[in-house]
Amino acid sequence: MSNAIEALEGRAASTPTSLRGPHQAIWTHGAVAAAAWAAAALVTLGLPDVVPWGSVDLFAGIMAGGAAVLLVLAFGAPHLSRFGQGLIHYGPWLIAIGVWFALWELTTAKFGWLPKPFFSPPNGLLNVYVTEAPRLLICIGYTLRLWSLGFFCGVTVGYALGVALGWSKRFSYWGMPILKLIGPVPATAWIPVTFYFFPTTFAASVFIVALASGIPVMILTSSGVSSVNRSYYDVGRNLGASEWYLVSKIAVPASLPHVFVGLFMGLYYSFAVLVVAEMLGAKFGLGWYIQFQTAYSGYANVYATLVIMSLICAGLVKLLFVARDYLLDWQKGFI
Amino acid sequence: MAASATALRAAPPAIRNVGVDIRGVSHAFDLDGSRLPVLESIDLSVAAGDFVALLGPSGCGKSTLLRLVSGLEQPSAGSILAEGSPIDRPDPSRILVFQDPTLFPWATVWSNVATGLDARGVLRQERGRIDSALDLVGLRDFTNAYPHQLSGGMAQRAALARALVNDPALLLLDEPLGKLDSLTRLTLQGELVALWRKAEFTAILVTHDVEEAVLLASRVIVLTERPGRIKAEFAVERPYPRHRDDPELVALRRQILATLGLAT
Repeated sequence: MSNAIEALEGRAASTPTSLRGPHQAIWTHGAVAAAAWAAAALVTLGLPDVVPWGSVDLFAGIMAGGAAVLLVLAFGAPHLSRFGQGLIHYGPWLIAIGVWFALWELTTAKFGWLPKPFFSPPNGLLNVYVTEAPRLLICIGYTLRLWSLGFFCGVTVGYALGVALGWSKRFSYWGMPILKLIGPVPATAWIPVTFYFFPTTFAASVFIVALASGIPVMILTSSGVSSVNRSYYDVGRNLGASEWYLVSKIAVPASLPHVFVGLFMGLYYSFAVLVVAEMLGAKFGLGWYIQFQTAYSGYANVYATLVIMSLICAGLVKLLFVARDYLLDWQKGFI
Repeated sequence: MAASATALRAAPPAIRNVGVDIRGVSHAFDLDGSRLPVLESIDLSVAAGDFVALLGPSGCGKSTLLRLVSGLEQPSAGSILAEGSPIDRPDPSRILVFQDPTLFPWATVWSNVATGLDARGVLRQERGRIDSALDLVGLRDFTNAYPHQLSGGMAQRAALARALVNDPALLLLDEPLGKLDSLTRLTLQGELVALWRKAEFTAILVTHDVEEAVLLASRVIVLTERPGRIKAEFAVERPYPRHRDDPELVALRRQILATLGLAT
């Protein structure tokens, strides 16, 4: 047994060395990526703009700086242990990013094939961040406030109702048909009603986000709770468990994998309705900013804001993955 | 091992060695409106401290009878008494061990074994019993393992520890070794007898394995096909520990197989 493990470990240890072989002296992908980034910088600086977009020097500087760092890493990365290995993995992506920026710059700012105002070069987006930073930061704050309030309210209520729906026959008798009717209705369709029921437009926006994130959590939680292996409850009852114990110590942990699917869905839905929720009399917020800029054909600002939103969403998804991996550690043997 | 068994029994003295009286029990399942009778007028008395095996063809209601005795279900007719009082609900003094270990996959071995104490709110006072139970089944080194990290035999041992930690007077074993490989099964058969002799509970074992029945039990009850009725009863009067090659046991095994309609 231990021999087998040693043999396995020996092979695992030897594999990277043989893989590293060709990269030992120089990280080829890194060198090519440096060239691609340098090309993007040269294109940006060297060719004249069809229409001015601003922040040309800054963008070229960033690309050139990136190229310089990549060039250093092309020689250094093979000697860095963990960070180097991680970087080497993303080599092809780094090349693609350099080429992508160069082509993007050419087709928009330099040749004008993709014209203003519908398209913007990368330095156009950068210029938005530079000139609009204070306003965007405030918008990010407002959006995060709305999102977190809505998401946490929605998830909490959705989870509690989901457990009740999955557990109690009577609750499910009344609740399930209603959920099936309400579930497919887009959260935004409730806007007229929310105007009547909520004292402020902000509360109405929170409700829309809560609804979008709560319903998938509710559906998945109830299906998770009701699909728990019946024998677990038999074991619990046999060992003297009360009804509350069966719910809290058996139904809840057993349904957690389902709940996380619901949380991921709720996260995506809540981001999808953010823009609409921020239509409701908001003065700040990324969704509001996108609509405001769309009305004035400020598409570069729109794109720049969309990038921020997708980065925030991706970050939250990553956080949720970390939480899932921690809480569902026991599942490792199954998935 | 012996010390830990004593520790297990040092708990507040419960009613030891429950005798079970099954009186005129019939049971039927409702299947889409039609009734499927599974057990018919079963009369059986199990003396305190006895080890009784139930044998019979698949689907003859053996497992159902165990569920009725555990109190997880109520019989359609007749009554079941434990020490004279009717069984009307599940209770930790009568524990059912399933063919599947049914350990909670989200909890460690320790937490799984702790379930009964935790559910009854006595975990804090009696947590020492968990280690004793794990010692008893030889799983002390796997306290913090998750069920998916255990082999089939270890998982079934953990399920036994989860039952024994509650100091049950009656252990209902529903083919607990049915899904194990044959070597593990032979080992666990020996361990089961040893546990029974040490912890002094009453045991009712459902099995398909005639050799297992005569090796472990002092009485073997053979049921008919569904709806199950008692067809025959055999007393196994051999001292423990038994040997599976004991000629008397081999002869008895042949006799029981013949009753089951399998001439050898």
